[in-house]
Amino acid sequence: MPSTNGHNTESQVTFLEAIKQAMYEEMERDPAVVLIGEDVGVYGGAFKTSEGLLERFGWERVIDTPISESAIIGAACGMSYVGLRPICEMQFIDFIVCAFNQITNFVAKGHYLWNAPAPIVVRGPSGGGVHGGPFHSANPEMYFVHTPGLKVIYPSTPYDAKGLLKAAVRDNNPVLFFEHKYLYRRIKEEIPAGDYTVPIGKAAIRREGKHLTILSYAAMMHNSLEAADALAKENIEAEVIDLRTLLPLDEETILKSVKKTNRVLVVHEDTKTGGIAGEIAAILCEKAFSDLDGPIFRVTALDTPVPYSPPLEQHFLPNTQKVIAAAKELARY
Amino acid sequence: MATDIVMPQMGESIFEGTITKWLKKPGDKVERDEPLFEISTDKVDAEIPSPSAGVLKEIKVGEGKTVPIQTVVGTIEAVGDTTAAPAKAAAPAPVKPTPAAPTPQAAKSAAPPQPQQKQAAPAPQAAAPAKDGARIHSSPLVRRMAKEHGVDLASVPGTGQGGRISKQDIEAYISEGAPATSGSSEEPEAYAPQASAPAPSAPSSRPAQAPPPPATSGGQHHVAFESAVPRERMYFGNYEVQPMSIMRQRIAEHMVASKHVSPHVYSVDEIDMSKIASLRAKAKDEFEKRYETKLTFMPFFVKAAVAGLRAFPTMNASLDGTNVVLHKEINVGIAVALDWGLLVPVIKNADEKNILGIQRNMNDLAERARGKKLKPEEVQESTFSITNPGVFGGLFGLPVISQPNVGILGLGMIEKRPVVINDSIAIRSMCYVTLSYDHRVVDGAIAHQFLHKVKDTLENWSEPLL
Repeated sequence: MPSTNGHNTESQVTFLEAIKQAMYEEMERDPAVVLIGEDVGVYGGAFKTSEGLLERFGWERVIDTPISESAIIGAACGMSYVGLRPICEMQFIDFIVCAFNQITNFVAKGHYLWNAPAPIVVRGPSGGGVHGGPFHSANPEMYFVHTPGLKVIYPSTPYDAKGLLKAAVRDNNPVLFFEHKYLYRRIKEEIPAGDYTVPIGKAAIRREGKHLTILSYAAMMHNSLEAADALAKENIEAEVIDLRTLLPLDEETILKSVKKTNRVLVVHEDTKTGGIAGEIAAILCEKAFSDLDGPIFRVTALDTPVPYSPPLEQHFLPNTQKVIAAAKELARY
Repeated sequence: MATDIVMPQMGESIFEGTITKWLKKPGDKVERDEPLFEISTDKVDAEIPSPSAGVLKEIKVGEGKTVPIQTVVGTIEAVGDTTAAPAKAAAPAPVKPTPAAPTPQAAKSAAPPQPQQKQAAPAPQAAAPAKDGARIHSSPLVRRMAKEHGVDLASVPGTGQGGRISKQDIEAYISEGAPATSGSSEEPEAYAPQASAPAPSAPSSRPAQAPPPPATSGGQHHVAFESAVPRERMYFGNYEVQPMSIMRQRIAEHMVASKHVSPHVYSVDEIDMSKIASLRAKAKDEFEKRYETKLTFMPFFVKAAVAGLRAFPTMNASLDGTNVVLHKEINVGIAVALDWGLLVPVIKNADEKNILGIQRNMNDLAERARGKKLKPEEVQESTFSITNPGVFGGLFGLPVISQPNVGILGLGMIEKRPVVINDSIAIRSMCYVTLSYDHRVVDGAIAHQFLHKVKDTLENWSEPLL
C-alpha cells in the first residue's frame, strides 16, 4: 500500500514506488481518474505498479481488460469524452503499437477535428538492458513524437516520474508516459512528501559544464552523468541536460546551453535513424547554426531490433564508454 | 593538391609521438607506403609509411619534436600538380581564401592507414596559420566571431583536428590581438597536459666552463631526471653531452617508477642445467633442420617459469590499489637488448605453447624489435618477465621489475662448475637464477617455492623437444 497520501515525511523511494504514489494520489484527489489495463487489478500490474489500488478504489476505477491494447485505448478515449481521466497501462510498452491506430487517428486528432480533447495518459514499462529481447525492450517514443496532438514524456528519476505523471493526469491533452524499466528498482531518491507536479515540456540541467552539452533522457541520462564525471577528470566539463519531455521539446533550455558550450552530443537508447537526436540536430542547424563549433554527434542504439542474446544486447545498446569516447572526439574536434 | 601527413595513433592509450627521424627531405619523391619518417612513442619505435605518392613538399614538425596524434607533420604534393604554392609563401592570405577543390585521389589518400581509435586526449598543438590558398577549416561559430571582431581567419593558427580553427583558437587570438602560439592561451581550458617538445641539444664537446642549459623533455619535470648533486659538479674537464633518446627517457622513467612503487626483494637459486644442456645438444641439429630455427636455452626457462606461475598464481599478478589482480593468462615478457636501448616484447599465452612455439614466437618478436617493426600491443599485457644478463657473461643479475608485473626472473650465465653430489665432486652445467619480486604482493615463502618449482622443472625435464 502506498504510504504517501499527503503528509508523510520524506523517504527514499524507487522509480516504481514513485509511479505507484502518483497514481494513488491522483485517484484520491480526483474521482474522475481511473486505471485501465491488463492485470492492473487483482494482480496489481506486471511490475506491481498498481498494487493495492483495486482494494482502495474498487472495480469501477481499477479495470482489468482482455489482452487488447486497441480496446484499452479505445475504451479510454470514449471514457475521456464523457468526463473521465483514464490512465491506460500497457503491460510492456512494445505493445502500444497494437493501439497505434486508436492513438494516432483518434486520440491525437480528436481535439483538432471534433473539438473533443482526450485527456488520457498511456503509460508502461519501456527500454532495454534487462535481457527482455526484441518484444519486451522497445523504445517506441518517436512514433508518437512524430504525431501532432500528443505529449510525450520520458523521465529519468523517481522525483520527475511522480511529478510528471501527476502533471500528465491533470493535462487536458493525451499524454504518453514512458517508464524505463531498467530504472524501476535500480535508482532511489528522496522525494518530498505531499503533492507536487513537474511541468511538462521543461528540460532539467543535471550538471553544468562549458566544453560541450550532452542531451539525454531516461536510462541514458544516468550513463551520460557517469560519462561527465569521467570526462571531468580529463578537464572536459560536460553540461548534461535531461530532456524529460520529448514533445513538446524544451528548445529554450537546449539553445541556451548550446550558446554556452557550442558543441552538442545527443545520447539516446532509441535506435539511430529517426531518433530524437536527428530532430535536435535539425533544430540546432536552423536556430543555432552560428553557435556551433563542431558537428552534432549522436550516441544511440544500433539500427536493429533489440537482440535477445545478452552480449549482442550489450553491443547494441549505448553505454558510458561510448558516451565518453564520442564526447572526447567532439571536445578535440 | 597537397596531402597532409599526420602523426598516427600507434595504440589505444597513445596520445602523442615524437618524430625521431625524417627519412626524406623536402623535394624528395616518395611512393605510397614508402617509409617516410620514424617515430618514437611511449611504447614502441616505428617507421611510418607515406600516405600517398608524390613529392614531400613540406616538413612542419621537425626531428625531436613531440606532437599529439593527428597533428599534421608535413605535406605531400601529388606528382604533376602545378597549383602548389611554394612551401613557404607566407604572404598575407586574401580575405576570402578560395577553397581548393579536393581531387578524388587526394581525398582518398588524405589520411595514412592507421587504427581507427576514437580515444585520444585533446591537446593544444603547435600550428601555423593557414597557408595562402589552402582551405581554412573552422566552424559556423568561429566564422561568426571572426566577422564580429573583424578577424582574418587566414592569420589564426588552428589547433583542432587537422588544424581546424576552434572557438578557443579564435578566442585566444582575439584576446591577445596577435597570432596565438601553442599554449599561449590564457584560458585554463587546456584539456590535457601540454604536448612535450624535447629540446634536443646537439651532442657537443666542450671544455669545462658554464654548464649547458638543462635538457629535460618538454619542460616536464620528471623525478627520473632529478640530479642528486648541483648540476655544476657534473661538468669538469673535457666532456661530451649526449641527449637521451626518447626510449632512454622512457626506460629511465619506468625504472624510477618501478623502484618507487615496488619494494624489491631478491632471491637467488642455483640450477643444474646439465640435463637440459645434453638434451639440447642432442636435439638441436635435428630441431634446426626440421623447423628452420635454432634451439636456445630460453624456451626452457619460459616453460619452467610457466610451471612456477601455474603453481603460484600470486606471481602472475598486478597490484591495483589494494586489489591484487590475478591474471588468468600467462604472458611472458622477454627483455630484448637493442643497440639503442631495451624492449620487452611479450609471448602471449605462453602456457599454451610448446618449446617450438615459444622459440618461434620469441625469434619473431626479437627480430621485429630490432627492425622497429613491433606493434604497441606486442609490448603490452605481460604478466611476468624474464631477463637474461647471462648472455653478456653475467654470473647473475638483480633486475628491476617491469611494471605492472610483480616479479621478474633473471638468468645468469650457464657454465660448468664443480659441484658436490653424493659427497663427490662432479662437473655440471650450472646457472644462477634470481627472482626480483614485489614484496607488497609476494612474500619470501612463495618466491622461494616458485624458484624451486622453476629449478625442479628444469632439472627433471620431461617434455620431448622434437
